[in-house]
Amino acid sequence: MNEGQAIIEVRELRKIYRVGDVDVAALRGLDLDVLPAEFLSIVGPSGSGKSTLFHIIGGLAPPTSGRVRVADGDLATMTEAGRTRLRRRTVSFVFQKFNLLPNLTARDNIAVARHLAGLELKPDAQFEEVVRLLGIARRLDHKPNALSGGEQQRVAIARAIVNHPAILLADEPTGNLDTENSKAVLEVLRDLNERLGQTILMITHNPEAAAYGHRTVHMRDGRIVDGD
Amino acid sequence: MTIKLVKENMKHRPMRSLLSALLIGVPVTLILCLVGLSHGMVDENNRRTQGIGADIIVRPTGSTMLSLSGGMDERVVGFLAKQPHVAMAMGVVNQAVEGITLGATGIDLDQFNRMSGGFNYLEGGPFRGADDVIVDQYYAEQKHLHVGSTVNILNRDWRVSGIIESGKLTRIALPLRILQERTSNLGKVSQIYLKLDNSSLTNDVVKDLKGLLKDYPIYSVADWTSLFNVNNIPGLQPFTVVIMVIGIVIGFLVVYLSMYMAVLQRTREIGILKSLGASNAFILGIILTEALMLGLGGTLLGIGMSYGAYWLIRTLVPASFPLVIVYSWWPIACGITLAGAGLGALYPGFSAARHDPIEALAYE
Ligand SMILES: Nc1ncnc2c1ncn2[C@@H]1O[C@H](COP(=O)(O)OP(=O)(O)OP(=O)(O)O)[C@@H](O)[C@H]1O
Ligand SMILES: [Mg+2]
Repeated sequence: MNEGQAIIEVRELRKIYRVGDVDVAALRGLDLDVLPAEFLSIVGPSGSGKSTLFHIIGGLAPPTSGRVRVADGDLATMTEAGRTRLRRRTVSFVFQKFNLLPNLTARDNIAVARHLAGLELKPDAQFEEVVRLLGIARRLDHKPNALSGGEQQRVAIARAIVNHPAILLADEPTGNLDTENSKAVLEVLRDLNERLGQTILMITHNPEAAAYGHRTVHMRDGRIVDGD
Repeated sequence: MTIKLVKENMKHRPMRSLLSALLIGVPVTLILCLVGLSHGMVDENNRRTQGIGADIIVRPTGSTMLSLSGGMDERVVGFLAKQPHVAMAMGVVNQAVEGITLGATGIDLDQFNRMSGGFNYLEGGPFRGADDVIVDQYYAEQKHLHVGSTVNILNRDWRVSGIIESGKLTRIALPLRILQERTSNLGKVSQIYLKLDNSSLTNDVVKDLKGLLKDYPIYSVADWTSLFNVNNIPGLQPFTVVIMVIGIVIGFLVVYLSMYMAVLQRTREIGILKSLGASNAFILGIILTEALMLGLGGTLLGIGMSYGAYWLIRTLVPASFPLVIVYSWWPIACGITLAGAGLGALYPGFSAARHDPIEALAYE
């Protein structure tokens, strides 16, 4: 793989959580490269460090050691403010639990992300297309508790991509969905990747879901144990 | 967007928001009532003093602004009457009936009529007997009195001989001699009013009289009424300050507790916002904005409640508590409340801003 092209480049990444007097090593020297427009699936047993990897790539937590380059940012040296900026425009998350703001309508949930990125006033030609692609056009004025799980997750995806992030991190996006909704969400992700060239990293426990990616990597004990 | 987030949050828990604002409003009402009462009392007193038609007021030696009773020898009245340019001198006896806001005055009705042009009777007329009392319309309203009613004042029953339009000297007028007797003040008066043959000489005459009666506080009516203002009432300012501090403390505590709870309940939402790239300042801004909205709502409710209090007092006890609405204190009360609310939101706000996003997202 040509390293110069990678949009994510991780070398010797370690993350140690201190719990009381005990050090818990969540990541133990992980290496990973992701190319632009790639759809990468990540699988591995519970506790193997998958979410931790996302938290670091997404700027929610600093690495303990190692080198992590995301787009043009070096996360090892990035300040908290720098990581906040990274989350605004460069990387965004889709979570297993949807994580929509419960008091806001779907439309406002999406608007919050645009506001935080400072893009509120800029008209977005792609917005309508994204909304149509996700099939949520008629659900936009509902609050999350009036939406099905599948709809909530699609709104969450809309919110995640509304600012055209370089990287979309989806942590078990279908973990709380039935088969039918899972399929719909996975197809949306594949569409986004194919039509818009969206780089996507997806954690999943489900081999069928993993098959939507171009490539699957396996994690165990804080490392990548094989790729294909 | 901050406003929208805050608005939706507050709408989501309407009871919490309303209750917080209501609690914050209580001290606002207290402040406004206290201020309204002191202004009302001062305005009312000054209006009645001006209604006497006197030019000069002579008070007993050593008296303070608020002392009502007490005494000067009645012969001082005669002495003053003989001074140049003094057309008339009238001694009265003041007696507290209810605290500092309501007093009765013993007058010689003939003298008073000559000085002031007389009361304007709405019902009945002058004293006819030794146990007669003349009351103004507000006292009559408060005590449900009519001509011929009996009313207990200073532990005695009096018969109402007349009800007058408010605005001259006193709300409760009793015959001077009788009041002197009943209060063991025979031969004494508590205040002397002078009318001059030429009002434009007032200041000169005050100066002359001060030369003659060294220790007596002597004022022109104009000076007296301008001196008698809310800033000069002893004890009022510290009392107002105490109420203001209570207002800040209540605002602080209510907002602190309310926002502390809100931050706990919204931990996950804070994590979500952070995952979307919200800065610490943005999170702090949301909490502060909500606190200020609560403070503002509290101020508005407090003002509303002060109108309720105004209506209640005007209806039930218009004579004892001459409450007025003092608009100039609205922004002050608002400032006090916002200060308390802002301070109360600081700790919850900073702790929300410092939340670790991963922990916040894991919060159930
Ligand atoms: N904030 C934290 N504090 C302490 N330990 C943590 C923290 N986050 C994760 N860990 C530990 O790090 C290890 C990796 O956790 P992580 O959540 O990354 O696993 P995962 O692969 O995402 O698991 P799952 O499939 O269950 O989601 C686990 O042992 C976990 O207990
Ligand atoms: Mg996980």
